[in-house]
Amino acid sequence: MKLLTITTLRHHLHLSPLSPSFPWFGMDIGGTLVKLVYFEPKDITAEEEQEEVENLKSIRRYLTSNTAYGKTGIRDVHLQLQDLTLCGRTGNLHFIRFPTHDLPAFLQMGRNKHFSSLHTTLCATGGGAYKFESDFRTMADLQLHKLDELDCLIRGVLYIDSVVSSGPSECYYFENPTEPDRCVQKPYTLENPYPLLLVNIGSGVSILAVYSENNYKRVTGTSLGGGTFLGLCCLLTGCSTFEEALEMASLGESTRVDKLVRDIYGGDYERFGLPGWAVASSFGNMMSKEKRESVSKEDLARATLVTITNNIGSITRMCALNENIERVVFVGNFLRVNTLSMKLLAYAMDYWSKGQLKALFLRHEGYFGAVGALLELLHPS
Amino acid sequence: MAECSGIDSNPSSHTMDKSITLPPDEIFRNLENAKRFAIDIGTWELKTFGIIAASDKLYEISVQEEVTARLHFIKFENAYIETCLDFIKDHLVNTETKVIKATGGGAHKFKELIERKLGLKVDKEDEMTCLIKGCNFVLKNIPHEAFVYAKHADSEFRFQTTNPDIFPYLLVNIGSGVSIVKVEAEDKFERIGGSSIGGGTFWGLGALLTKTKRFDELLQLASKGQHTNVDMLVKDIYGGSYGCLGLTGDLIASSFGKSATADKEFSKEDMAKSLLHMISNDIGQLACLYAKLHNLSRVYFGGFFIRGHPVTMHTITYSINFFTKGEVQALFLRHEGYLGAIGAFLKGAEEDNPNQYSWGENYAGSSGLMSVSPDMNPMQRARSGTFDMLEMDRLERQLVNLPLLQDPSSYIPDTVDLTEDALAREYWLYCFEEALDGVVKRAVASQPDMLEAALRAEKFRQKYRHKLQTLRHQPFAYGSLTVRSLLDTREHCLNEFNFPDPYSKIKQRENDVALKYYQKAVKSLEELSWEERQFALVRGVLAGNVFDWGAKAVSDKCLIPLCAQTDCVVFLSERPWLVDSYNQWLERMKGPPHKCALFFVDNSGVDIILGVMPFVRELLSRGTEVVLASNSGPALNDVTNGELQILTERIAAMDPVIQAGLRDDRLMLVQSGSSSPCLDLSRLDKVLAMVVRERQTDLVIIEGMGRAIHTNYYAMLSCESLKMAVIKNSWLADRLGGKLFSVVFKYEVPAGKPSQDCETSTPS
Repeated sequence: MKLLTITTLRHHLHLSPLSPSFPWFGMDIGGTLVKLVYFEPKDITAEEEQEEVENLKSIRRYLTSNTAYGKTGIRDVHLQLQDLTLCGRTGNLHFIRFPTHDLPAFLQMGRNKHFSSLHTTLCATGGGAYKFESDFRTMADLQLHKLDELDCLIRGVLYIDSVVSSGPSECYYFENPTEPDRCVQKPYTLENPYPLLLVNIGSGVSILAVYSENNYKRVTGTSLGGGTFLGLCCLLTGCSTFEEALEMASLGESTRVDKLVRDIYGGDYERFGLPGWAVASSFGNMMSKEKRESVSKEDLARATLVTITNNIGSITRMCALNENIERVVFVGNFLRVNTLSMKLLAYAMDYWSKGQLKALFLRHEGYFGAVGALLELLHPS
Repeated sequence: MAECSGIDSNPSSHTMDKSITLPPDEIFRNLENAKRFAIDIGTWELKTFGIIAASDKLYEISVQEEVTARLHFIKFENAYIETCLDFIKDHLVNTETKVIKATGGGAHKFKELIERKLGLKVDKEDEMTCLIKGCNFVLKNIPHEAFVYAKHADSEFRFQTTNPDIFPYLLVNIGSGVSIVKVEAEDKFERIGGSSIGGGTFWGLGALLTKTKRFDELLQLASKGQHTNVDMLVKDIYGGSYGCLGLTGDLIASSFGKSATADKEFSKEDMAKSLLHMISNDIGQLACLYAKLHNLSRVYFGGFFIRGHPVTMHTITYSINFFTKGEVQALFLRHEGYLGAIGAFLKGAEEDNPNQYSWGENYAGSSGLMSVSPDMNPMQRARSGTFDMLEMDRLERQLVNLPLLQDPSSYIPDTVDLTEDALAREYWLYCFEEALDGVVKRAVASQPDMLEAALRAEKFRQKYRHKLQTLRHQPFAYGSLTVRSLLDTREHCLNEFNFPDPYSKIKQRENDVALKYYQKAVKSLEELSWEERQFALVRGVLAGNVFDWGAKAVSDKCLIPLCAQTDCVVFLSERPWLVDSYNQWLERMKGPPHKCALFFVDNSGVDIILGVMPFVRELLSRGTEVVLASNSGPALNDVTNGELQILTERIAAMDPVIQAGLRDDRLMLVQSGSSSPCLDLSRLDKVLAMVVRERQTDLVIIEGMGRAIHTNYYAMLSCESLKMAVIKNSWLADRLGGKLFSVVFKYEVPAGKPSQDCETSTPS
């Protein structure tokens, strides 16, 4: 029903039949975070300016003039894409996130700003699109157009990679991942990206094998993801945010918590080619009471981070082997400001595959689902 | 045997810790005869086991003077290591070597202690090598070693039929970390991967989260918790509408995901459960990925994380089912905790070539798989925490499949699985308990000159009764419970108390009497017409088999005059029999002779002499070669190979047909390799298998309840087969839809054999 309304609106606004009415949003409602992308048109004609309803204007101003919304909403200014042409319109793409548990506040804001009067379609993906669909309707009088999570993710990745031409490269990798002193971030051109393994680390982890834009499969997933890292850190250290947990992890030492191969064998376990520094048992030292008493919260946070990250690395590596794919792209908000994990993943991919596997990362980490949802609004597939 | 040694004569003199609940003489029996040892010591500070393996020679079996090598494996908590070592030192006199093989993470920790206490040099062996060696050994030698765990099924344990080809397989060893090992051959294995998230993670992280120190307590907590309170499920993210996406709402999307967002207290139980799921799922997933990459379908799980814990077996099983969509089954091992010690021992015993022999689990000496349900038999449970034993007898012969089995991998040597059939289980356990007095009496009577026979018989009674009680509570203790295993256990217990052949005198007496009637019987058969004779021969075998002194219903009536052809036949029911394919058999006998018949014989006396021998004679006369397969060792009144040699010689002296058969090598006596009243066609003497192949055997005859009904009623052979038995047990007769003394005459021709068409009526 809503789609019909759009067509009539388009007509009314004399817009190109290809482009829907503003505002253009794409939304990804995950288990932990809501990711929102907003396209701010910069080529508004005087005529349009005049016709633009007040509500729309106010939303645009609110979103673009602030970098923080309420207590928890954040606009990732550094990710903003300038002068982007979308559907024949030029403008900036903004990247905004807030915790899923603050969704009611967001809906309240939408209600206050009379969002529903704009008769727009809100394209949304992620589990929350299903879970909160009725809340959108009842609380903000908004109809959601629900989209498949993985379709959106892939569309978003391919799109962002194709449009980012200036500024820092979207895709990058770590050179010399096994030598900490020489390990540096380097741009990577994702031409001929297929086949690729796409690992999305959100609260949980999904691993996709992508053969073309429309040909992909979900290979597997694991429940040990970003949610596990934060959940365990909260329980073990009493912290409450991802940033806090990461900060602690950066100060800690995981080898006090984990039992290493050398702790058991006194050095390398040569019979099986296991280096002494490899973790034999995550949290293995914590079996001992004395050691439990001697570790710091920072150590525990670091061990949690290392455990979760390495596990994702090893499952990914097995999938890459099973699917015979050599390129792995890691995305998802677990990697946000998390260079520690990225370097660990880069290291693990390189070391355990003897250089066969390459770990790639994308700057817009967690926003691809939301971007994909926005694209669905503009070019329904 | 050990019981006669000094150990048990004065148990109070030992320095063993009082807290050891089993009398040390029972645990360390035969120690004085031990040839060599190995030890496997875990690293775990709490509730862990050290294992000692010792091989020894048993001696002095009154009749045969046989020497049997036996492996003893003892599992005990590390806390007892010192007292155990003291005990070993005091009683260890006969070791040949000055080296003890040690393995396990704790080996280096206790190296000095062992060397000091025992004065032996400790030789450390690689943990994984020992583990794999042990694993190969149990998989090859112990039927029903591997099982599938099903928490909610009628029987928790589903034992796997023994597949003669054990390679390749994947062993996932979950210790503090996880090692994933691909085993391709006896000495070819490779650690293909692993994970640091293992038992140590559960324990360490669990201890941090719940302030619970012990591994067992953590598992206890986990079994009571609700992981959904801590984990973020798919339905927590998708709300109620995940169904349309083909997702299961109960799937965990993010382990501990709720503790990241919800600001509340979580219960210890819930956190422990969530942790258990997280780790089990992760291990299961990796195991599946490795199995897929290496194209392996058999995946065994072991290590202290698994060791008999139903909680972890359940979550691992669940995880494997989930990730492989049921294509791969998680397999567990009954003797998982012994693998390292067995392997270390085998390493040390390489000069004796232990792998060239077949070994058999001794049910009398092994404590069996303990109950894993906490509400079941708490006494047993407590004991398992202290000592656990496994004993393996070296069989004098290498055992292999009968080459004539249609499909060795699906062959099951048991007709009824009492583990799954509660009603049948109850009956047979009752039956064996009832029969116990008689067995004890006969055992005493068999050794009239030995004063302490009564005492030993009493010990036997206690032991076997205890076994029956254990099996009542834990039918799965020694693999699938069957009539065969109950009979074998009784034989093992009798042997244990030096009653290797309680029937020897009876057998002799009966043989002597039956021999007197042989010529008369043969003569009367020869007077019959061909067709009458064929029937008389079959009735002769059946009637002879009724004379089984071991069967309950018959032993009361054993005073019936001994003439196979006349009086005894009153026992037999009239045709048509319960299972009756006699007409097809008769038709077949009118046709060309068989090339070679393999006859698995049963009892001594009337059965073998007046029933089987005339039948054999007929086959020989037709031009069919005959291979008589009899037990290698004594069991009940079954004729043994040794006895049959003598009997056949004596018959040959009276009967030119038999004499010619022996002379021309057309009648052969071979041993089956078994000492059981039953017949496992997958564990037969290698020589027998060779003879069967060489002679192009095309007919297999199996007689008697134990061999034809209890064990091989459904056995499918690739050649013609004839199963003959009289049901001498009213309960079983009832089960099969007949009456006591119903006759089963089952002649079968495998599908695809053009020679005869055969329809066998089977009991409903």
